[in-house]
Amino acid sequence: MYMILVGGGNVGAQLAKRLIAREHEVLLMEKDSRQAQRLASMLGENSIYVGDGCEIQTQRDAGFGRADVVVAVTGEDEDNLVVCQMAKTVWNVNRVLARVNDPSHEALFQSIGVNQTISATGIIYSLLDQQISSDDLIPVGALQRGSIEVVEAVLSNRSPVIGMAVRDLKLPPQTNIVWLIRDDQGHIVDGTTTFQDGDTLVAVVPQVHAGALREILHPEF
Amino acid sequence: MNILIFGCGRTGAALALGLSTDHQVTIIEQNPEALRRLGQRHKCKVVIGSGLDEDILVRAGIKEADVFIAVTRGDNTNLMAAQIAQLSYGVKRICVRVADPYRADAYRNLGFFCITPSLILAGMMTDWIDEKPYQTADAYNVIKNEVQI
Repeated sequence: MYMILVGGGNVGAQLAKRLIAREHEVLLMEKDSRQAQRLASMLGENSIYVGDGCEIQTQRDAGFGRADVVVAVTGEDEDNLVVCQMAKTVWNVNRVLARVNDPSHEALFQSIGVNQTISATGIIYSLLDQQISSDDLIPVGALQRGSIEVVEAVLSNRSPVIGMAVRDLKLPPQTNIVWLIRDDQGHIVDGTTTFQDGDTLVAVVPQVHAGALREILHPEF
Repeated sequence: MNILIFGCGRTGAALALGLSTDHQVTIIEQNPEALRRLGQRHKCKVVIGSGLDEDILVRAGIKEADVFIAVTRGDNTNLMAAQIAQLSYGVKRICVRVADPYRADAYRNLGFFCITPSLILAGMMTDWIDEKPYQTADAYNVIKNEVQI
């Protein structure tokens, strides 16, 4: 797969490094020539393009026309927006991803057809929010733009579900405990699984019901 | 009309001062220093902040705006602000300054009036040299000879 990343800051550089390690064809575009030089010594000359990823001429040179994925990861939302929009409308790139710094801009990115937006601010905020509201329901992933969460919970001996079987729990709607880690071993959970002190559960829960799940597992919080 | 101008550079300030005799003009500018261009006795409403920030746009009255004009130095800033105005607030008439003629071309079909000052200047000067009458902005806004600017 040919992937073009626009923006050679920390996010772009780390992302490029990982994608190159997974043997994708990667081109990282950076307009500042000194920064581009640093990136070239880290990632190799062939993976770096010096130029403004917002300009049609540089996009043509960089091969937007044959890119499978374009990822815009500059620190400026307006630059990321224009990169994504031109990738979609001028070059018909199939998958376009954007880093969005101001979470309130996510809707705009989605309305212009950006396939996926990633807002570090939004993610950190929701992690922080949940860390503050409870210590023991840890979000580990988000599906459907955050409307469904994958959460991890460590059961202490105070949890009322210790000794109970999964089928006897009154879980919130559309909520599933899918995985359990006990003594560093993963186990698939079914109705007969019984919980023990120290178990780590992995559950899929609609965001609106996360609070209810927390209540069931840790009512004291 | 209610006119919202984002960017108090030379263009934004001249536009605001000219329009404010007959219209309600609000100008959004991030840098308070730049507001000196309006002078002391202007009639514009001024909001300090970024036109990409929806709180600022609302405070500047975007919900009542008939016209939105984006004339900051940044092409991408202007294009993004214009799309927020169009998609989030349904502003009908939007004018955007885009210095890069190719970028302007890519955005023209979105329904904005995209102005590329360098093309207009070059076109007007050419007509002046050739002693021809001046044309419309749309006629000048076309890229000729695949120029790289």
